[in-house]
Amino acid sequence: MGAMGRTMIRYLVIIIIVVGGSVTANARELVVGLSSAVTSLSSALKMAKPYDTLCVNAGTYHPDSTLIITKPLYIFGNGNAQIEAAQNQGIFEIRSDSVTIAGFTLQNVPKNYLKDLAAIWVDYSQHFYIGNNTINNCFFGIFITKSKNGIVENNTVKGQAIHEHSSANAIHLWYCQKMVVKNNWVRHHRDGIYLEFVDSSNIENNISEQNLRYGLHFMFSNYDAYQQNTFSNNGAGVAVMFSKFIQMHRNNFNANWGDAAYGLLLKEIYDGEITGNTFQKNTVGIFAEGANRIHLRQNDFIANGWALKIRGSAMNNEFCYNNFIGNSFDLATDARTDYNSYHHNYWEEYSGYDLNKDGLGDVPHRPVKLFAYLVSKLDESILLMRSSFIELLNFAEKVAPSVTPTSLMDKTPLMKMYRPA
Amino acid sequence: MIHFKNISKSFGKNLVLQNVDLQINTPGIFALLGPNGSGKTTLIKTFMGMVCANSGEILFNQQVVSGNEYRKKISYLPQIARFPENLTPLEFFDFIEKLRGPAPRKEELIHWFNIEAFLHKTLRNLSGGTRQKINLVSCLMYNNPVLILDEPSTGLDPVAMLKLKKWILAESQQGKQIILCSHLMDFVQELADEVIFMLDGEVHYRGNQHQLLAQTNTQTLEEAIANLLSEPKAQLVC
Amino acid sequence: MLKVFKYSFLDLMRNRWTIAYALFFALCSAGLLYLSGDGNKVIVSAMNIVLLLVPLVSVIYGQMYLYQVREYVELLLAQPISRKAIFMGYYLGISTALSLSLLVGFMLPALLLQPSYLLNTNWLLLIVIAVVLTFIFTGLACWLVLKYDNRLKGFGAGLFIWLLLAVLYDGAILVILLLLEDYPLEKLALVLSMLNPIDMGRMLLIFQLDYSALMGYTGAVFSHFFGTRLGGFILTFGFGVWLSFPIVLLLSKARKKDF
Repeated sequence: MGAMGRTMIRYLVIIIIVVGGSVTANARELVVGLSSAVTSLSSALKMAKPYDTLCVNAGTYHPDSTLIITKPLYIFGNGNAQIEAAQNQGIFEIRSDSVTIAGFTLQNVPKNYLKDLAAIWVDYSQHFYIGNNTINNCFFGIFITKSKNGIVENNTVKGQAIHEHSSANAIHLWYCQKMVVKNNWVRHHRDGIYLEFVDSSNIENNISEQNLRYGLHFMFSNYDAYQQNTFSNNGAGVAVMFSKFIQMHRNNFNANWGDAAYGLLLKEIYDGEITGNTFQKNTVGIFAEGANRIHLRQNDFIANGWALKIRGSAMNNEFCYNNFIGNSFDLATDARTDYNSYHHNYWEEYSGYDLNKDGLGDVPHRPVKLFAYLVSKLDESILLMRSSFIELLNFAEKVAPSVTPTSLMDKTPLMKMYRPA
Repeated sequence: MIHFKNISKSFGKNLVLQNVDLQINTPGIFALLGPNGSGKTTLIKTFMGMVCANSGEILFNQQVVSGNEYRKKISYLPQIARFPENLTPLEFFDFIEKLRGPAPRKEELIHWFNIEAFLHKTLRNLSGGTRQKINLVSCLMYNNPVLILDEPSTGLDPVAMLKLKKWILAESQQGKQIILCSHLMDFVQELADEVIFMLDGEVHYRGNQHQLLAQTNTQTLEEAIANLLSEPKAQLVC
Repeated sequence: MLKVFKYSFLDLMRNRWTIAYALFFALCSAGLLYLSGDGNKVIVSAMNIVLLLVPLVSVIYGQMYLYQVREYVELLLAQPISRKAIFMGYYLGISTALSLSLLVGFMLPALLLQPSYLLNTNWLLLIVIAVVLTFIFTGLACWLVLKYDNRLKGFGAGLFIWLLLAVLYDGAILVILLLLEDYPLEKLALVLSMLNPIDMGRMLLIFQLDYSALMGYTGAVFSHFFGTRLGGFILTFGFGVWLSFPIVLLLSKARKKDF
């Protein structure tokens, strides 16, 4: 919550006030505080007229029930304004356009198997702004449904999720459009950031870590961009499913370990671009199933179990200018014939030569090892990893491929690591 | 005071010793003779514990041979001189001494066989005769009541041979028991008090050397042995 | 036993092949330490060399030395020391000399090039495994020398055992696993690999290094197993059995043998 965030809020407030002021000339500022004239948030909400500003002074507030906001309001926490959830209730419920909630610490929304209780629930709204809030130990953190043109930024959402079935997501978007989710830090929830039916939105510069399931999870969401986010130590990494025209740039996928843990799971994804990302120390860097026409460029795959696991159903994808360094397996596929194109990648394992010094290896590189194939067929054979016999088999397969797809090769492997100019 | 009681030994189907019963009770030099493969070396090795007999037992000083301690009283010279090749003779003697304790007569024997010049060369580089001298020193340097010498004269020059004979005789005069295996008959003839002749794994003849010569009516031991080989056994045993 | 041990040890330490052995590992580890910075890569490469060469050299070198000893063994047997003391002494002498060569070969370059490796647990674990394998395969070599008077047969058997355990065994495991594909195989796979000391060493190291691939479901099961106290106990027990097994064979052969 740096100075920049605050300046942005100020600008925003000014803009909204100017714009809003032209609509309603006499907006007021109400101060809520434990020692002020208005002590309770709910009464302040009742008193306020549209486009008023509620300034909530430092202190801990215990509203009796969910604070439902039905008119455009600017609600600011002034200093350490802390709100504890009522029993079996969420904290804020936004049911109006143009609402701002900023600078609060929201705590202890209980879990509920029937209702999706959240620290902030936004429903059927537009032009809302949720920023600079700290949300601790809540069931859902920020829950947004059927909304448009909202901004969620600079929030810290920290849960205490232990079991997947009894926990919920930090930032959850459902049927939204043109949203911006930016600079948030989410952790210890079920999913860090969850999007379903969310189009044309921008997810940027967030840190999502140590979540039970996915750091980022989205389905049926098209034309979205994901940039410069960091996803680390999540139970299952990042899952991207049933979506089109996705842009994923310069994200970090780190240390997502475990059974069915992926740096990035691509399932039924079409026409996306995945560029400049780093995949490091994941069980699987990218698992692609039914992914088509994706361009994967300039990504770094470092020290993963499997850098890429490609199913036969993934076709017409292009892998180029990626670096494959120190992975146990660079590429595994179950297909006998592979319909993707691999060119100009740097493979650390490449053992060829470059006689004409054009920076490209003169001999094609076959990234699929026989052992990778064996392990994909038979889990237990992982026990034989690095055994002399296996090295022998790999060598034989390399010389005379019989099991791995013959067509799968990088005919122009880079001799040196790719570094964008 | 060595008593072999009904010792039998076979290597596979090959019966090497058949119920050998032999007592050596008095001091003196005993020549253990016989053609190749007659069981001489095997008999000695059963006594030394290198070969395990199939049946029978061996008494040494009235006690059944077992364990390792009894070998302290025995000096054994193996047939073929083999050493840890990287050692020098001095280190080799040191090695033996470490295993068995200080040897009182080492210096004397080194001088006796005149091998001072070779003491610091590695064994690998020494000639057969020199190696045999070192073998002899390592065996004789202990003052033990029993000496078992398997082919002690192999590769020795006449001077060394003479010295060896002198040494053996001197030992004998001290009342030791010396068992001597050799193919050199004149060498044996000069030394042996008694002759034990083995054939096909059995003791074929045993007796005083002079008696043997007289009995077979021959001049040399060589002839006597040749004679023994052509005679039936029964007549000869005394 | 200590006397025989001391002599064979000193004898071997002066042998140029022992020195060559140390030099070889010194060059290997120096090259690896110098060329690749990443810790795990150095260890994995060194591991591949160790798992293949240490058993081979232990068997062949052990046999070569003992066949030579075998020639003058009569001289020793004539001394008032037991057969057990003689052969255990030699076994320990050879194993210790080879282990010392390994130690020098691995530690010296590390000391000079990357001293941090002297405290790297994986590097130390690799050396421990190399030493354990040295003892196991030297033990087998001693036993084979007593078992086969014919050197050609002895060396043949030694090479076969090496080839079997270092290479073929894993192939056999793979075939068994593929044949029984439809059954749950984790325990079987684990048990089968525990029967081979080379595999045990390899797995112990692999599971120490953070291989993400091993964290897939099956990998996690195995990794967990090696992390538990039970796993540690079974591994120690397995190595214990493998260490004592050749000694038992060796001693029983030594007791009955005619020289």
